[in-house]
Amino acid sequence: MTTLDLLRRELGGDDRLAGDLRRVAEDPAAVAALFPAAGRRYGRGPLANGWTTDEAARALLLAALPPEEIREVYRYGDTNEKLAVLKALPLLPVGDSCVPLVQDALRTNDTRLVAAALGPYADHLGPPEWRQAVLKCVFMGVPLAAVHRLTERADHELAAMLAAFAHERHAAGRDLPPDAVALLDQLKEP
Amino acid sequence: MRIFDPHIHMTSRTTDDYQRMAAAGVRAVVEPAFWLGQPRTNPGSFTDYFDSLIGWEPFRAGQFGIRHHATIALNPKEANDPRCRPVLDLLPRYLAKDGVVAVGEIGYDSMTPAEDEVFAAQLALALDHDLPALIHTPHRDKARGTTRSLDVVKESGIDPGRVLLDHLNEVTVEAARDAGVWIGFSIYPDTKMSPDRMVAILRGYGPERVLVNSAADWGRSDPLLTVRTAEAMLAAGFGPDDVDRVLWHNPVEFYAQSGRLDLSDITGVESVFAGNSILRGGS
Repeated sequence: MTTLDLLRRELGGDDRLAGDLRRVAEDPAAVAALFPAAGRRYGRGPLANGWTTDEAARALLLAALPPEEIREVYRYGDTNEKLAVLKALPLLPVGDSCVPLVQDALRTNDTRLVAAALGPYADHLGPPEWRQAVLKCVFMGVPLAAVHRLTERADHELAAMLAAFAHERHAAGRDLPPDAVALLDQLKEP
Repeated sequence: MRIFDPHIHMTSRTTDDYQRMAAAGVRAVVEPAFWLGQPRTNPGSFTDYFDSLIGWEPFRAGQFGIRHHATIALNPKEANDPRCRPVLDLLPRYLAKDGVVAVGEIGYDSMTPAEDEVFAAQLALALDHDLPALIHTPHRDKARGTTRSLDVVKESGIDPGRVLLDHLNEVTVEAARDAGVWIGFSIYPDTKMSPDRMVAILRGYGPERVLVNSAADWGRSDPLLTVRTAEAMLAAGFGPDDVDRVLWHNPVEFYAQSGRLDLSDITGVESVFAGNSILRGGS
């Protein structure tokens, strides 16, 4: 996993971003205009480690904010902004204070947000919530590869839920996605 | 035929509409913020609506290979309700979004002093955010509403080339054209404008700066009337280039002035549906 320092190094040459980060540190309210404009201001090109320039810049903007402001950025974010917040959460010193953001994303019907909610920060979700989220992925067709620590966290209760869902699908003449079948098989093994 | 519907309220339409639109060649839409059938009573009701215009609705459109952008504003009717006015303070947050390509719909409903104030304030926001403006002309007292809107545009200092004046008709087209703004026509089943009347206007004024939309919403309306208008143009002897200009190039040129119109990688309509139901979690 990347770190804020690595992202800072990647974007070190962007003077405009450096100026904006200083501005946000002095005046957190400035983030309301800068965060949505990240793609237009700093670019959208790919970086190392599966990040894009705008995602990385947004992570640094969040890091420059008092943690309590992060929830407000998410609240008013469009989908890409929300995705960037969710992606940045594990890098930020926010403890479990941003769990409500993950819960918000899991309530949506947007497959991208549901997938992003199950990254490393989902370690802060308790088992019942986490199992429901995984089952929702299967239901929506979100690839289970999006789920952080899937095989470590999957338990017998999740297996029972998946088996019941498979039963319903089979009764309707439908199948589970192959990755869910594989997970179920694995959980059935003694 | 490729169609850009520059004014349609998809929030009020079903996925069947998206499917029919995509099959008929609609590749891109702009959804302006407006009123719903039921008046709103607080700013939170607006922000949830705006969130949908920059969140859920583009996702839904994307399932059908249709690119969705929005315009954001406090509409003129609800500008008259003091309980809704505080949403003006929240607009800058939304006007900063990538998917927002204009301030709108602004303008007049009943031409009240409150509407004057909110209209002018939002033209100033358009200037501040370097965005074009989409202006609704009123359904009642339309001719006076149109000339008065043009006066407000002039006073605001916004470049008329960055203004789209919408819902025009035979009576109001000339004043708008003379003012140098882009001229929009909403094609409705019975009321605002019909495909044949639209063709007559195009014959009279030519395709320059003309935009045609369905303005389809929660009332009796039809999201395919853009396509029907294109067909009526061809039947009346207009060439494919004129049709493409009115139903694609003109809206692209107008909204591209925002610097935020993203039409990259729009999938071919045919390939979008291949065995694919909408991914809305209801499978």
